[in-house]
Amino acid sequence: MHIVDRRLNPGGKNLANRQRFMRRAKSQIRKAVHESTAQGSIKDADEGGEVVLPARGVHEPQFRRSAHGGFRDHLLPGNKEYVPGDKIPRPRGGDGGGGNEGSPDGEGEDDFRFALSRDEFVDLFLEDLKLPDLAKRRVATVESVSWSRAGYSVTGNPSNLALNRTVRNSLSRRIALKRPKPEELEALRAEIEALDESDERRPVLEAELLRKQRRTGLIPYIDPLDVRYKRFDPIPRPVAQAVMFCLMDVSGSMTEHMKDLAKRFYILLYIFLKRRYKNVEVVFIRHTHEASEVDEETFFNSPETGGTVVSTALDEMKTVVEARYSPDAWNIYAAQASDGDNTASDNDRTAALLTNELLPICQYYAYLEVGRDAEHFPPGFIRRESDLWQTYATLIKNGAPMAMRKVGHRRDIYPVFRELFAKKTGVEVEA
Amino acid sequence: MSISLDSGKLLFKTADWDFDTIRRIDEACQEIAIGELGLNVYPNQIEVISTEQMLDAYSSIGMPLFYKHWSFGKHFARNEAMYRAGMQGLAYEIVINSNPCISYIMEENTATMQALVIAHAAYGHNHFFKNNYVFKQWTDADGILDYLEFARDFVMKCEEQHGADEVERLLDAAHALMNHGVHKYPRRRTTDLRTEEKRERERREHDERVFNDLWRTVPGKDNGRHDPSAIERRRALLELPQENILYFLEKSAPRLQPWQRELLRIVRIIAQYFYPQTQTKVMNEGCATYVHYQIMNRLHDKGLISEGALMEFLRSHTNVVFQPDFDDPRYSGFNPYALGFAMMKDIERICHEPTGEDRDWFPDIAGNGDHMAVLRDVWANYRDESFILQYLSPRLIRHFGLFRVTNDSEESHLKVEAIHDERGYREIRRALARHYDPAYFTPDIQVVDVNLAGDRKLMVQHSAMNRILLEEKDAQLVLQHIADLWGYNVALTEVDALAGTVLKEHTAKPRPGIVPLENP
Repeated sequence: MHIVDRRLNPGGKNLANRQRFMRRAKSQIRKAVHESTAQGSIKDADEGGEVVLPARGVHEPQFRRSAHGGFRDHLLPGNKEYVPGDKIPRPRGGDGGGGNEGSPDGEGEDDFRFALSRDEFVDLFLEDLKLPDLAKRRVATVESVSWSRAGYSVTGNPSNLALNRTVRNSLSRRIALKRPKPEELEALRAEIEALDESDERRPVLEAELLRKQRRTGLIPYIDPLDVRYKRFDPIPRPVAQAVMFCLMDVSGSMTEHMKDLAKRFYILLYIFLKRRYKNVEVVFIRHTHEASEVDEETFFNSPETGGTVVSTALDEMKTVVEARYSPDAWNIYAAQASDGDNTASDNDRTAALLTNELLPICQYYAYLEVGRDAEHFPPGFIRRESDLWQTYATLIKNGAPMAMRKVGHRRDIYPVFRELFAKKTGVEVEA
Repeated sequence: MSISLDSGKLLFKTADWDFDTIRRIDEACQEIAIGELGLNVYPNQIEVISTEQMLDAYSSIGMPLFYKHWSFGKHFARNEAMYRAGMQGLAYEIVINSNPCISYIMEENTATMQALVIAHAAYGHNHFFKNNYVFKQWTDADGILDYLEFARDFVMKCEEQHGADEVERLLDAAHALMNHGVHKYPRRRTTDLRTEEKRERERREHDERVFNDLWRTVPGKDNGRHDPSAIERRRALLELPQENILYFLEKSAPRLQPWQRELLRIVRIIAQYFYPQTQTKVMNEGCATYVHYQIMNRLHDKGLISEGALMEFLRSHTNVVFQPDFDDPRYSGFNPYALGFAMMKDIERICHEPTGEDRDWFPDIAGNGDHMAVLRDVWANYRDESFILQYLSPRLIRHFGLFRVTNDSEESHLKVEAIHDERGYREIRRALARHYDPAYFTPDIQVVDVNLAGDRKLMVQHSAMNRILLEEKDAQLVLQHIADLWGYNVALTEVDALAGTVLKEHTAKPRPGIVPLENP
């Protein structure tokens, strides 16, 4: 008998089959991916995971007997009460008679769950988006500085003193210059004391002791020449983490439809960031006339009432940044969704907050104005821009690095997303 | 409880195992299987594989190497998703009918499970593969792995030469016809000259012996021997009617390229290789389950496995042979392990402790005292259908509470025809056996004629048994595949098998893609 250990064989034997299957079912998988992102939570969207495929498109047909009609014969185990000649009413849901016989493959395949790996998932998702490459580069090159050890220097901060190296230098210098060791002096002194006052060797030894003591005084134990400091060099390092702020107005005027649009936008941004950064955190801040940081579930689902004061959300974001996300260590992205309402008196404060506090620390700030699905205006009718839109438009006119778009329907989300990044690149190129 | 086992003899003490454990288990199993049960097996090769590799094997019908096709990726994805979701466990083993007989065992199994798997696959299935007549007749255990390697390389070469899409289209079509790509009866072997000559001589002698000049004077319709009609000649030429549709297309489809014919042949030969498995499911599993049950119990008797291991084995064994009743939500047809194992155990009982009833029903074997001889004979010479027809005992029919229900779409009610009583035994046994007849569970579809003089339309016929038609959507899709391969129009007629009346007709026109069409 042979025993063969196959576990060490290269895995992924089925990869070629899987790729063929993916190609075959591409359009369906893509559709399923988009649908699944509409349902799943934002964080899940990027985990890859399961999509449900309809069996139809990847069906393998066979000649099979139909499940209906004709004369059928069933043999069943577990008779409890029947005797020959009994009539049993036909079970509902067809004339199957309770048996699953027939085709060994089962009658008709169910839709089946299909697990995509994270890469496959993101590829399919972004494949549709065709994100401009420039936008990606802009995000990827963000760097911060870290310090790393780089040998020794003769100058430096006492706290960086390299003790071992210093003492080593001192030791070698002392040996080279023949500085008498304390033990030698001690031995010499003992020898002198042991001699008689009249011994003729005594003056010689005393002279020797004197000479050595003098030498010890001349050659210091540690000389400034010996001192070394640890040297640190600055190393530029890309910051591998990002935080994404989702700001949303949740006052009564925001409908479910608007929230859905906002959610889709957040999902896109999340996936996009996740592709670039190892670690992406999401902070949800909702606001009415006051703002608070909440979890995702509350963010999207629990209704709130109140007025609309946008600056509260910006304040909250500022607080969170100060508390947890130092701009040195984090790439900060913010996306704000609102129907555009704001208390008129708050607009100036909002503008000031953004320009002075937030925009300087953000990599990217996007404002998404969500509208109702079917807002039609008669031709010639010019719709008044919302308060927030006007405020932000002024900011952008003055050169603030932010982007804004209006979205009224789901299908606009992808194009708008693309546009936003394309525009951002343009701004940077000019700057 | 008294445990007087000498723990020094145990093959393993914990659930952990290494290759040395496996080797010792195999040796102990072999001693019982060959020495005590008298089994005759191919040499064994045991391969340890991981979960992912098991899923791999699942998707390519259990074979260690296979050509590439998207449908295997689909099965893999489905199995993997179900496995990850915990909806489906994996089999503990997969065994391949080859010489040497390859058994895959999973690395996650405990030592007890490995012993069970080795007893089940490496001795039970292995014996069945080597000795059963259906396997002997249809499969070539020595050559299958080489053939699969050839198939894989050939498909790869075709993909390089003709493009993956071309190959995929052809394989799609061939896979759809896989169930109709087997020869159900051994085909006529071409006779050599010596037998031909001998037969001719016998025929002549027979003619001389029965010669009577009087026949010459009997007036006939016309004098000369009348020609077989054109239609008969054509049918003989094309070997019609032909139920092996893949074979027919491979040999006779006018526009296929040689490499396309070879691909059809590969699919057909693999289908043929698996054909015995579909008709020996109950026996094969019954044989393997019976063998592992015997071996594990003997291992325990000999003090080679502990009480704990025996309990673990029994728990697993009981799950395997569980047969839910028809009204149980878990019911999904007969469990071949349950039925097969019960019948094997029943034969053992009949051989040793027959009742009067058994003596009436099985006079040949009742009380003969040598159940292994009977079982070995059964395993060699029967398939599911004949096995059940011969050996399903009244006692088992009562044990399972079998009853027969008929469902006629023209009646308003289902009718209980027979139950497990004196009047019903034979009817139930006959009816159950019929369910295991391949002719019963695959629809009877044959190529009956080709219009060679005209538009080369291919005529395919389904003899509908019990007025049950084909599932329409699928039938249309498969017919489309036939048309694509044939290159001309195809018509499928569904005919009542008894009355001969036409119930339904389908037609399909070839699409471009596989073969060049005449009038695109």
